[in-house]
Amino acid sequence: MATNVTQTGWMSVHGVRLEIVERGQGQPILWLHGEEGLDPGAPFLDMLAAHGSVLAPSHPGFGHSPDVASIDTVDDLSYLYLDVLAERNLRNVTVVGSSLGGWIAAEMAVKCHDRFSGLVLVAPLGIKVGDRETRDIPDIFALPPDEVARLQYRDPARVAVDHSALSDDQLTVIARNREATALYAWEPYFHNPKLRQWLHRITLPTLLLWGADDRFVTAAYYGDAFRSAIPGARFETVAGAGHFPHIEEPAAFVERVSGFMSERRG
Amino acid sequence: MRAWFFSENAYHLLPDSKEYDSIRVKLPNRYYDPKIGADLYHRFIDEWQIAEDLGLEIMVNEHHQTATNLNPSAAVVMGALARDTRKARLLILGNPIANRREPVRVAEEMAMVDVYSRGRLECGFVRGVPYEMSAGNHRPTRMMDRFWEAHDLIVKAWTSHDGPFNWEGKYFHHRQVNIWPRPYQEPHPPIWITALSPSSAREVGARGYIAACFLTGFEGTKVVFGSYRERRAELKLPDPALDRFAYAALVYVGETDEEGYAGARKLMWYLESNKVPPQFTSPPGYHPIASAVNAMKGTNPGIFKMFQKPELGALMQNGLVFAGNPDSVYKQIMRMYDHVGGFGHLLIMGQAGFLDHDETVKGMQMFVREVYPRLKALA
Repeated sequence: MATNVTQTGWMSVHGVRLEIVERGQGQPILWLHGEEGLDPGAPFLDMLAAHGSVLAPSHPGFGHSPDVASIDTVDDLSYLYLDVLAERNLRNVTVVGSSLGGWIAAEMAVKCHDRFSGLVLVAPLGIKVGDRETRDIPDIFALPPDEVARLQYRDPARVAVDHSALSDDQLTVIARNREATALYAWEPYFHNPKLRQWLHRITLPTLLLWGADDRFVTAAYYGDAFRSAIPGARFETVAGAGHFPHIEEPAAFVERVSGFMSERRG
Repeated sequence: MRAWFFSENAYHLLPDSKEYDSIRVKLPNRYYDPKIGADLYHRFIDEWQIAEDLGLEIMVNEHHQTATNLNPSAAVVMGALARDTRKARLLILGNPIANRREPVRVAEEMAMVDVYSRGRLECGFVRGVPYEMSAGNHRPTRMMDRFWEAHDLIVKAWTSHDGPFNWEGKYFHHRQVNIWPRPYQEPHPPIWITALSPSSAREVGARGYIAACFLTGFEGTKVVFGSYRERRAELKLPDPALDRFAYAALVYVGETDEEGYAGARKLMWYLESNKVPPQFTSPPGYHPIASAVNAMKGTNPGIFKMFQKPELGALMQNGLVFAGNPDSVYKQIMRMYDHVGGFGHLLIMGQAGFLDHDETVKGMQMFVREVYPRLKALA
């Protein structure tokens, strides 16, 4: 029983090396992390692994996954993960992505969702909603770090990190995650101007999950735009959570995802 | 040694710094009075002309969305100076080419200034300071790739004389590049590049361009110039002459040490007023991962702290400020010179903040009369 919950493994796909977490048995689940990166010790990963076989990669440049010179857009990442599904020959996959990861998942699904059984977008980014002078998504690169945390978490104090208590390796991962976020999301800022017009191609069962207290991109504005662009998408909120419900309310988050999966099985 | 007079063209008449959280990127321009600004532009251009009359060379830079520097286009102010001067070399240090959308436009502007000045342009390229990522909306990651592609395109535009060429690179696309005018100097104006790290110094050294260090102090400068020389040796290229190295400091020469220090304290406005919050000083990807880690641990080298709480003694001790009477200043410059293996260009930041016109001119005159002859003898 004494497994090291922070242990990660590796996989390669067409020469791209990815740090991965693999946990659990059964129906495949692909977890695509957001700007915060992949924390192998995050409680939601074990909870999710009780409902299926979780494959969770660190995107190139995040975590310990090496940078790849030819990969610098979310479009690239979406092809990379379609390749990952093909490489592993996974079928009936529930693809779950949060924030930046939700954007990647949506980009995959508009291209090809043959290997998907369902799609769960957790407060996804990736679309332009308002006019050119409307800042749909707060500019995390121009705001004080405290303000970014206040916008992204219902209770920032609960997730505050004491840098002095972390190892150099953990600090390096934080710095790499920030840098990789800038690489993929700097401009156009956290979106693909073309994505919204193609979201109608997502014709598979889709759950949009939103933290009820998400102040970063609100359910009423950004969430509603996603819902109206994906035909038949179901919209649910997670009480007590901000932009990252899997971190702030892991049990409720996993309950929603597993509920959605069991409907597919049924 | 050659000396260059350089001023940031600051707009210093700002409210109490408690009233704003950043002098860069977001300080509203309602604080800028264009009528005062016009007087300042004319004053600074006058000071560059005086520098030329005194026998100094001229250096101009550019910054964006900041009260510390009102030259958002170095090419525009250098266009005026190209007409208003006759003999000084004209250094732009530099064009922030990793941030510019159109390198071909930079090639055109620089060729124009070169022709206009009858071949007096010295063309610098810089990566651009971290605060300008937001100002220019430019991605702070993989900047040096973009920088070198822009450089390659500009040099090719300057040196191609047989009609259009094609450029479909990773960052820039131009299918018909054929600039008019072409540069006055053959094959093109001398190229300067600001190098603040060993890795960029190696790239500059491999190409044999002039490497400039800004306020990097004794140790930082030694590492940069050393990396340049090492890279040349590794590639079995000739040893670089002293004119391949430039050092920029705040410089004020008085008749007495006290007068020199008083001038330097006014120049320190440039450091003191540089109130910028961390999201603009450290956009992700701009600094290496290791220094981002050190910043989280609070263990970055002391030179960073010096910028946060500038004090004249420490700045002089570390070679960021040369100030005092002529003998003192000469000795301070020589201490740096000897420590870093010599350099051929001294970039004098000789105006900032509340240093008024007369004080600025006096500092220049004292330098030229009492210090410069001894430095010239070095070459």
